[in-house]
Amino acid sequence: MGQGIMLSASQDIDFMIHGVFSYELFGQTVWITTTHVCVLIVMLVIIGFSIAAGRAAKHASDVPGTFQNIAEMVVEMLDKMIGGVMGKFSPRFRNYIGTIFIFILLSNISGLFGLRPPTADYGVTLALGIITFTLIHFNKFKHQKVKGVIAGLCDPWPIWAPINVIGDVAVPISLSLRLFANVLSGTVMLALVYGLLSKIAIVWPAALHVYFDLFSGAIQTYVFCMLTMTYITDACTTGE
Amino acid sequence: MGEFNTNFILGCSAIGAGLAVIAGIGPGVGQGIAAGHAAAAVGRNPGAKSDVTSTMLLGQAVAETTGLYGLLIAMLLLFVKPLVP
Repeated sequence: MGQGIMLSASQDIDFMIHGVFSYELFGQTVWITTTHVCVLIVMLVIIGFSIAAGRAAKHASDVPGTFQNIAEMVVEMLDKMIGGVMGKFSPRFRNYIGTIFIFILLSNISGLFGLRPPTADYGVTLALGIITFTLIHFNKFKHQKVKGVIAGLCDPWPIWAPINVIGDVAVPISLSLRLFANVLSGTVMLALVYGLLSKIAIVWPAALHVYFDLFSGAIQTYVFCMLTMTYITDACTTGE
Repeated sequence: MGEFNTNFILGCSAIGAGLAVIAGIGPGVGQGIAAGHAAAAVGRNPGAKSDVTSTMLLGQAVAETTGLYGLLIAMLLLFVKPLVP
């Protein structure tokens, strides 16, 4: 009786993560799911693009060809975006921000190509959030030293320290949940349209794809990278 | 008796999911205010249109988070069914 609510249509609606195969590791059953497959596909696309871009950069000509133009445009756009926010800290974080920007963007729009977006799995976005969290606090300790961190925790008065700790811990959770819930809502919406309205879903779901996959995905990518950059710049800036 | 309990919990979960999605009111109002002020800013200074638009979209996407939390709770109640024994 657990299937009660969606019983009439549950056969058609499909947005859940499916297991592909499982294996035993140290007594635990570990599942390889569709998320892993989609992440691998996205990774292969990025690796292929990177290798091709590297070759194009090695044989770069003064009059750039089409592909060299595209690669240079991507790098310049990312550099401009990162430099505008992070200022003098941008050279050290260009690699990380550029990588997660391209990865999240491709993940979000992979729904267009019939994949289940990897970012609609909380495991992926939480991992990204934890990387950002680690970077923030590593840089905080590196630049502000232990004294500065403690002073930041006891910001107005020492009694506020627990609230500041909660605020710090909430950063990766809210970052990852924002990305996850946005992509998941798009996935669920499109699955409902294709599942329940399959008779009349002919051409017009394309408009929904443009909004949920392209527009929302690009905006959330931008927001994730922008917030990551803001937090890291904040951590790098010393009080003086 | 057990079946009645399960169905009762499922029905209450559906009601709870509907109530959780009411959280969408807040972000709706907030994003509307942001868009209105952005429109006024572009009206005063049309040259800054791209800056105003990107700032507005960033703020709106951050403001959307609370509504998405409500949506997440609704999804959990409907599809993960944590309350059903």
